[in-house]
Amino acid sequence: MKKQAEVVIIGGGVVGCAVAYNLASMGCKDVVLLEKNYLSSGATGRCGAGIRQQWGTEMNCKLAKASMEMFENLEQILAYEGEIELKQGGYLILAYKEQEVKQFQKNIELQNSLGIESELLTPEEAKEIVPHLNTKGLLAASYCARDGHANPFEVTRAYAQAAQSLGVEINTFTECKDIIIEKGKITEVVTDKGSIKTKTVINAAGGYSDLIGDMVGLKLPVYSERHQIMVTEPVNSFQTPMVISFYYNFYCQQVPHGSFIMGQGDPNEPKGHNIGHSWQFLQELSKKINHVLPPLGQLRIVRQWSGLYNITPDAQPIICQAEEIPGFYMAIGFSGHGFMIAPMTGKVLAEMILGKNLSMPLDKLDLGRFDRGELIPEPSVV
Amino acid sequence: MDDKIIICFCEDITRAEVRQTIKNGATTLDEIKRIIRCGMGPCQGKTCEEMICREIMDITGKKKEDILIPTRRPPTSSILLADAARSDNNEKTS
Repeated sequence: MKKQAEVVIIGGGVVGCAVAYNLASMGCKDVVLLEKNYLSSGATGRCGAGIRQQWGTEMNCKLAKASMEMFENLEQILAYEGEIELKQGGYLILAYKEQEVKQFQKNIELQNSLGIESELLTPEEAKEIVPHLNTKGLLAASYCARDGHANPFEVTRAYAQAAQSLGVEINTFTECKDIIIEKGKITEVVTDKGSIKTKTVINAAGGYSDLIGDMVGLKLPVYSERHQIMVTEPVNSFQTPMVISFYYNFYCQQVPHGSFIMGQGDPNEPKGHNIGHSWQFLQELSKKINHVLPPLGQLRIVRQWSGLYNITPDAQPIICQAEEIPGFYMAIGFSGHGFMIAPMTGKVLAEMILGKNLSMPLDKLDLGRFDRGELIPEPSVV
Repeated sequence: MDDKIIICFCEDITRAEVRQTIKNGATTLDEIKRIIRCGMGPCQGKTCEEMICREIMDITGKKKEDILIPTRRPPTSSILLADAARSDNNEKTS
């Protein structure tokens, strides 16, 4: 492991690897990435693998749209020999309450104004896209055909390999233990395999970003929360879009490999770093899916697992430099949608660190917004 | 041993593919699983794990006790989603 580096990135998920690649591709190649387990072992590799642009805030919409454009060309951009398994089968978001219909209309107006081609469908139109959808009680659905899926393991690997080929050092099974600050400036990162002298650190630790904040004495306004998920055996393709419902609180998609991946949020889930599993989840989610997408009842569930959402008070990420500690950057608090906006996050954060013109202003996503009371709540989160 | 032998029956992964993945640097069961999918199928690694373990030991020289076992998760064996939906703790078991 290097003893000194221009930039040290903490976290080998999709965000950490994307920042590493972008720094290197912009000329900053003296970069070390630390990952306490293996690449994509945290939230990235545990996520629902969906990528959508149908968001309710300007920042999420912009980040998601730009990221989708990058996903569409990622294999070429990164000269990846594998496949990221991009499937643009759309996202169908179901509305069961008048309030939801109103919110979706508002979201679609915003999305359209930003160039995202989403539309409101009738239940009949929704059924044309998902013929096995039970439309009982359904009022409308928001749909964007260009949303879809990519494989989080492959995307992370693609970024990591591209970063390594440009000279970035990636250290897996290497845990960041402390960050040394002298006279208000970062001097050193301590790991369980030795120390690295540096002036710039990026906190991309996902569900554990609060612990990295503690190391520099920053109480970050984020918390982690377990979200569970399950997968069926692979079958021939019969569901094109990701189907999600905020009312029932679930998402469900068929990935290119053939498996169905589905998950739900639990309003009673306690805060913390627990990534265990519960039988209640299996039962509750199965009931919802069996009701809304009945033929899925005949599929066999092979596994359930869980991962951490890293949540901010407004469900939008924090991407900035800490004002209190020059050189301490963070891309955290993605609130369950970090994978899908990682490509653009990685690019803009690298530009920010290198003092370049930003491809997209991210001042609305700074850490100070919570103290200033300038929260911009994202209404559309499962 | 023939490299074309299938090690992971669920995902059709050959011994040669497993060995190549280990040689490329993935030396834990969890990493190998996330690259070539062995252990993600209906058997959840119950068939292939031991064999992959032996390949890791053979190529890296690791001892068996140093090879971490991936997290065990429910269900123990695959179940129909409709059956999971029907199960209810208020129902009496027959």
